[in-house]
Amino acid sequence: MHPIISALKHHKTTIVLVALEIALTCAIVTNALFLIGDRLAAMRVPTGVADNELVWARASGLDLGGAAVSRDPTDVAAADLAALRGLPGVESAAMANTLPLTNNYWSMGVFRRPGDEKSGLDNVVEYLGSPGMLRTLGIRLSAGRDFLPQEYVDYNPFKDQPPPTVVIVTRTLAGQLWPGESPLGKTFWLDSDGKHAVQVVGVVGHLLNPSINKDQGVDRSLILPVTRVQGGVYVLRVRPDARGAVKRDLPGVLTRIDPARIVTDGHIYADTVSDYYHGDRAMIWVLLVVTGCLLALTALGVVGLSSFWVQQRTRQIGIRRAIGATRRDILRYFQFENLLIVSAGILLGSLGAVGLNLWLMKHYELAHMPLAWLASGAVVLWLLGQLAVLGPALRAAAVPPVVATRSV
Amino acid sequence: MFGYYLDLALHSLKRNKVLTALMVLAIALGIGASMTMITVLHVMTADPIPGRSGQLFYPQIDPRPMDSDNPTHDPPDQLTWIDAMNLLHARKGVHQAAMTGGRVTVVPPQGASHAFFTPARSTTADFFPMFDVPFLDGSGWAASDDERRSRVAVISRDLADKLYGTPHAVGQTLQLGKYDFRIVGVIDRWNPSPHFYDLGMGNYTNEPEQVFLPLQTALDLKLSGANSMSCWGKFPSDGDLRKASSCAWMDFWVQLDTPQQVVAYHEFLVNYSEQQKALGHFVRPPNTRLRDVMAWLDYNHVVPGSVQLQALLALGFMLVCLVNTVALLLVKFLRRGGELSVRRAMGASKRSVFAQLLVEAALVGLAGGALGLLLAIFGLWIVRQQPVPYATLAHMDGVMLSATFLLAVCATLVAALFPAWRACRIVPARLLKTQ
Repeated sequence: MHPIISALKHHKTTIVLVALEIALTCAIVTNALFLIGDRLAAMRVPTGVADNELVWARASGLDLGGAAVSRDPTDVAAADLAALRGLPGVESAAMANTLPLTNNYWSMGVFRRPGDEKSGLDNVVEYLGSPGMLRTLGIRLSAGRDFLPQEYVDYNPFKDQPPPTVVIVTRTLAGQLWPGESPLGKTFWLDSDGKHAVQVVGVVGHLLNPSINKDQGVDRSLILPVTRVQGGVYVLRVRPDARGAVKRDLPGVLTRIDPARIVTDGHIYADTVSDYYHGDRAMIWVLLVVTGCLLALTALGVVGLSSFWVQQRTRQIGIRRAIGATRRDILRYFQFENLLIVSAGILLGSLGAVGLNLWLMKHYELAHMPLAWLASGAVVLWLLGQLAVLGPALRAAAVPPVVATRSV
Repeated sequence: MFGYYLDLALHSLKRNKVLTALMVLAIALGIGASMTMITVLHVMTADPIPGRSGQLFYPQIDPRPMDSDNPTHDPPDQLTWIDAMNLLHARKGVHQAAMTGGRVTVVPPQGASHAFFTPARSTTADFFPMFDVPFLDGSGWAASDDERRSRVAVISRDLADKLYGTPHAVGQTLQLGKYDFRIVGVIDRWNPSPHFYDLGMGNYTNEPEQVFLPLQTALDLKLSGANSMSCWGKFPSDGDLRKASSCAWMDFWVQLDTPQQVVAYHEFLVNYSEQQKALGHFVRPPNTRLRDVMAWLDYNHVVPGSVQLQALLALGFMLVCLVNTVALLLVKFLRRGGELSVRRAMGASKRSVFAQLLVEAALVGLAGGALGLLLAIFGLWIVRQQPVPYATLAHMDGVMLSATFLLAVCATLVAALFPAWRACRIVPARLLKTQ
């Protein structure tokens, strides 16, 4: 047996402790790195709209009744949009019921066949947009056309009004309604009675949902053309440098046109997206800090034990040097020893990492960790081990041969 | 004897400052990280209504059609209007209240241009005695107000201060939209956390309801919506949710004081479902649940997964810190083989050497605990800076404070057991001879 391995047998306890620490660190760090990668990938998915050029605010009507007879809401909406388009830096303006990643969503069931409840597809996110909504948001069609001016109708899903007859769907929704077929020109129904048919005129390649969750998924939605949205979002396409000013002025402009309503603060859409991912960013920071502390701690532990061993073996090192071992041989000895122990820890830790991932998958709906991530954890710990042992090993290599002749 | 051990321990710790600092730091990091996350978990899983949570129950029944494509076997999380009213009028519990949430437009005395939205709750009279809501002025409304559809309101202290400049606002008029209400009660600050009675407002909320209205009154005047709702059929065309027989949107709580009452209420729910099925209103066989507050919170997974995950991560970190401490203590104790052998040779028993080493470890634990406490306080401060609704809850209380020290010392002592035992096994004669 190789002398290094037979020498290790004399230090069973300490070796088991170091290997155990490496294994635990490996299992935790591998899963943490995987989680970080997973969150980063989720955050990098594009929204499908022009993130850096949008400003929005939400306005809600205030039904005070009595004295002031309310103006026709369609007129108010038109006046609002005209005034907003007049703000400096604003390129276009439109109304929508909601925007991607604003956490405020409406969802509905759609039906592939008229009057057939079993042909339904539940939890489809519904976007409503006034004329120019696609252009204002910067939504790109991958096939078909935008809505025509005459296709916009007065529609509120919470009132008894017939919905529009044309629709734009996302590629994901089209794929689930008609797998493998072109959706353009096809018809589906918005109700289980088969009364409200809509025809697909366009397909959006990608448009994120207002909220990404288990039921609604990531980007399964449809867009309906409406003349106005009650209690909806005013969204403006703005030159990026004018966003701050527009955000400030937006609520005032709306309140001046009709004071009988409550307007939220203006929002820069890029900030809205950043807010949506706040929890993910916080999680990434926590994982990074804990991973960093864990690695530092493990490294210090390895340094402590290696130093102890070097001190313990000073005499043996002196004897080896006296009978012809070079400094390089001593250095290599400690490095190889460390490699062996760390590898044992990594082997154990990889099993732990897979186990931990399976357990997390069961309890927290995490994704399955591809085995390639194990390699990332292993590389990190090998490097860490070698780095930690370098100092003590150099000290060992510096032990002069004359030590062999002294009693300690 | 203890004083002597303490003296020896301090001496030994001072001799190797780097190693001591390393151990203290390892324990402090482990304790700091885990206590931060455990404290967050502790406040988030706290009982929102201590003393009452075991007597408050949330009934669920299943009015859905057979072919509903919802794959879960659990009944809907809320009740339909009809079922909620039937359970309310059956009066089978000590107290019971039906409720829904939403927001109202408050028009302050200064005029409509200062109008603002505020969260509101529409409920029935028993809400206040059942949840033990603290009143500052006046009281809740009577059951007869519910039936008469009186225009009365209970408001929060904050809203009373804001509108009238005084918390004693009973008798004042509150304008909501275009309707006037008479204020009958002002409640003191009250925001159970988690917001157990209506999780549709978010599991934790910093903006509790400021206005409480009789349920029927609010619905008649269209002042109330629903924070959450699930439908399996048609939505009524005029938007009046009371006619939506296939939409569940009402929250319902019942107070049951004894186990017999709980059993009886469960039977009542089954009987009710069977009776409704016989009448043709229900299709499914009775599918009922009756959970108390804590079980209801658990069923709804109120604590976010990310918080649990971080607590788990912190505990894993703590484990690594402990293994690290075991290894470092082992090194430290074994290095001192010579000194320990001299003490043994001079008559110290194995037990006294063991005790001495443990005293030394306990000192390290105490120092680590103190530093860890500072780290945990800093960690909690960071948590409070986060824009999450539970951020304001993240404070350390006395229990967690003492738990921190206890955990630090116990963990270090456990970690020291093995190294100390190993160090005691040294045969003094052999070590002394080689020196």
